[in-house]
Amino acid sequence: MATLAYETYEHDVLVIGAGGAGLRAAIEAATQGVSVGLVCKSLLGKAHTVMAEGGIAAALGNVWPEDNWQVHFRDTMRGGKMLNNWRMAQLHAQEAPERVLELERWGALFDRTRDGRILQRDFGGHRYARLAHVGDRTGLEMIRTLQYHAIHLGIDVYMETTIARLLKDGERVCGAFGYRRDSGRFVVFKARAVVLATGGVGRMYKITSNSWEYTGDGHALALWAGADLIDMEFVQFHPTGMVWPPSVRGILVTEGVRGDGGTLRNNKGERFMFRYIPEYFRAETAETEEEADRWYEDKKNNRRTPDLLPRDEVARAIVAEIRAGRGSPHGGVYLDIATRRPPEYIKKRLPSMYHQFKALAGVDITKEPMEVGPTCHYIMGGVRVDADTTAATVPGLFAAGEVAGGMHGSNRLGGNSLSDLLVFGRRAGLYAALYAKDFGGQLVIDQGQVEAIARELLEPFERAGDENPYAIQAELQETMQELVGIIRTEAELREALRRIEALKARARRVRVDGGREYNPAWHTALDLAPLLTCAECCTLAALERKESRGGHARDDYPKLDPEWGKVNVVLRLKNGELQVAREPLPEMPPELRALLEDTR
Amino acid sequence: MATYTMRVFRGDARGGEFRDYPVDVDEGMVVLDVIHRIQATQAPDLACRWNCKAGKCGSCSAEIDGHPRLMCMTRMELFPPGSTVTVAPIRAFPIIRDLVTDVSFNYEKARQIPPLRPRPPEPDGTYRMMQEDIDRIQEFHKCIECFLCQDVCHVIRDHEENKPVFAGPRFFIKLAALEMHPLDTADRSAFIKELAGVGLCNITKCCTEVCPEHIRITDNAIIPLKERMVDEFFDPVVWLLRRLRGRRRAAPA
Repeated sequence: MATLAYETYEHDVLVIGAGGAGLRAAIEAATQGVSVGLVCKSLLGKAHTVMAEGGIAAALGNVWPEDNWQVHFRDTMRGGKMLNNWRMAQLHAQEAPERVLELERWGALFDRTRDGRILQRDFGGHRYARLAHVGDRTGLEMIRTLQYHAIHLGIDVYMETTIARLLKDGERVCGAFGYRRDSGRFVVFKARAVVLATGGVGRMYKITSNSWEYTGDGHALALWAGADLIDMEFVQFHPTGMVWPPSVRGILVTEGVRGDGGTLRNNKGERFMFRYIPEYFRAETAETEEEADRWYEDKKNNRRTPDLLPRDEVARAIVAEIRAGRGSPHGGVYLDIATRRPPEYIKKRLPSMYHQFKALAGVDITKEPMEVGPTCHYIMGGVRVDADTTAATVPGLFAAGEVAGGMHGSNRLGGNSLSDLLVFGRRAGLYAALYAKDFGGQLVIDQGQVEAIARELLEPFERAGDENPYAIQAELQETMQELVGIIRTEAELREALRRIEALKARARRVRVDGGREYNPAWHTALDLAPLLTCAECCTLAALERKESRGGHARDDYPKLDPEWGKVNVVLRLKNGELQVAREPLPEMPPELRALLEDTR
Repeated sequence: MATYTMRVFRGDARGGEFRDYPVDVDEGMVVLDVIHRIQATQAPDLACRWNCKAGKCGSCSAEIDGHPRLMCMTRMELFPPGSTVTVAPIRAFPIIRDLVTDVSFNYEKARQIPPLRPRPPEPDGTYRMMQEDIDRIQEFHKCIECFLCQDVCHVIRDHEENKPVFAGPRFFIKLAALEMHPLDTADRSAFIKELAGVGLCNITKCCTEVCPEHIRITDNAIIPLKERMVDEFFDPVVWLLRRLRGRRRAAPA
């Protein structure tokens, strides 16, 4: 086995991850005139962004001129139950429209209004129709636009390459170490600044809309390099994933179905969401089916349908209906657009939903209801960053997109992810480039550090263990699904920690055979380290937060607690031990606080 | 539940063979699920690409019983219970390992295409475009880059020597999308003729047949590009005008 040899590359800015945030960061850094390396685990253009469906939230005001960044800011903060980093939410709401228009200048073709402007659709938690979209394949349009813009900017792209560790020179991050998935060869990147844009952790759950790539690499890389993580207890379960047949369980059904008029029903045909309107959103939510239906056309005189409450609320309502025995035959509820909109409209607005249900479930959504249930979709928590610069708490390290924490508070609104990727991807690229330009001195890579990592990565081939990496991943997924899911209790969380500890011990005995060339068993074995680290972080944070808020619901502490609304749960490594701390949220200026008092 | 024999290619650039794996298949499973089951239980190092499992990312292209398809959108119910299903890598590109091929050809072609050069925006900094004017381009933008159209294209599938002068159907729709884009002002005529080699296509429509997004590649992209090339380079009137006026772009077809 060609052992510890490695290739070496050097860049001013190294971007890890090539979804929306990573591509946008790489574009911005390259535009600043620095040398940029872009690393991705899959082929370019296949990152998770490609699967985003509903749209990009941006207060363009094309459909409702009343819309503006202040309303978007307010919706975002309320959706996150005020735990959001206010400055991130402000920058996001202010800059999202320009980022969308910029995509259009780069060739993106959004669906149009009658007067030829960018059309916007309704989504959960947004007061006005705000999502720029292309049918239900907005993510595809976005990633292709960024991808084809980026490839002409002289960015070096390292496809099918996984980063296993960040490298450090003293306190500062100075590069990364990883391996080429195709050849199995090791690779060292020397970099003046590193941007994490690795997405989330969805593979730690059994029922998930996330692909194999979502193993929490960036969260773990940052933590191991000494950075703080915040809000790791907040996991978003998208209310509507497919539930049948079993092999497609978890695949996303866009919120656009409800945005475009679809409604949730139980097995009695009732629109049950009217029974689950929380006090927090009562003033802005329709109480009758008639008002809800009128709202689609007339937002001035009617309030929003409860089908479009924020995702955390809808997911919990669905779980409650299923537990009460009012679910569909395969353990979900019904999502009906067939009786509410004409077939041509459905096919035009939701072409991939139509295709997906037809091909995978044999269901014609223009004639029958869909069966749906919650699926792990997104983690709000992530690397603690400076709002303006996206700098992590370790010098030389930046983070943007899902891997960064704070922007979405305890619950993300639909559509706010694609805009987050663009706004903070750009900022990460910009400030990483400026940091790299200011960086004096030489990049020093510690040979000993590199060889120790290389040796560790090869251990699964060499040790005398007998554990199967796929089996350990599957057991972790069962554990998290069962014990750290939508509704949590202290006893279950403690049991989860015990099981994660046992899985960590077993992961040290994983054995893989075969060579290093494109060996998925080896890749799965190496992905266990970040996955188990993130599972532990999430569980510890969930145990710490003794209240229910957004994507963290405790059966033993079912209420929102104002005291908990003042703190983030922070995780960091101290002398190899995971430490949990509560630290105060940044103070919001009064003029922004005033925007939040409007509850209608 | 039914049992199938999955006959899967195992090997690399040095050579390989088909191996049989008996697999129990549950209701609703697709070929990709079965490949994952083989990985988890029988052949942990079996290499394949995948991401979304919902026909959106275009990663899991393979030749299933000889048909180029996405593994994630091919239901096992398509095949009679107990039968043998053959899964091979797409053939037009060099093999890396098992079901994974080296598709870097496509990324090189992508980089050669002259990018969008948008006209200046309107005074308010935005653009007005009518839905009717972008419908045909949105069709091309549905492309998930699975490269199945590249795989079946005769011009490159069996003729390695054509690859340097032929972009393939995926990039003909990319070129058509740029050429028809309401904001674009670039001239790609020479590129389309010389480097993309649209003239080599003999319109057998194999690409259109395998497209999982049902993009009408031949009718809506390739034929219009061919027509434009004819107008541009072989129409005597245009030729004469160009001679008289210097190298100016001819009116679009």
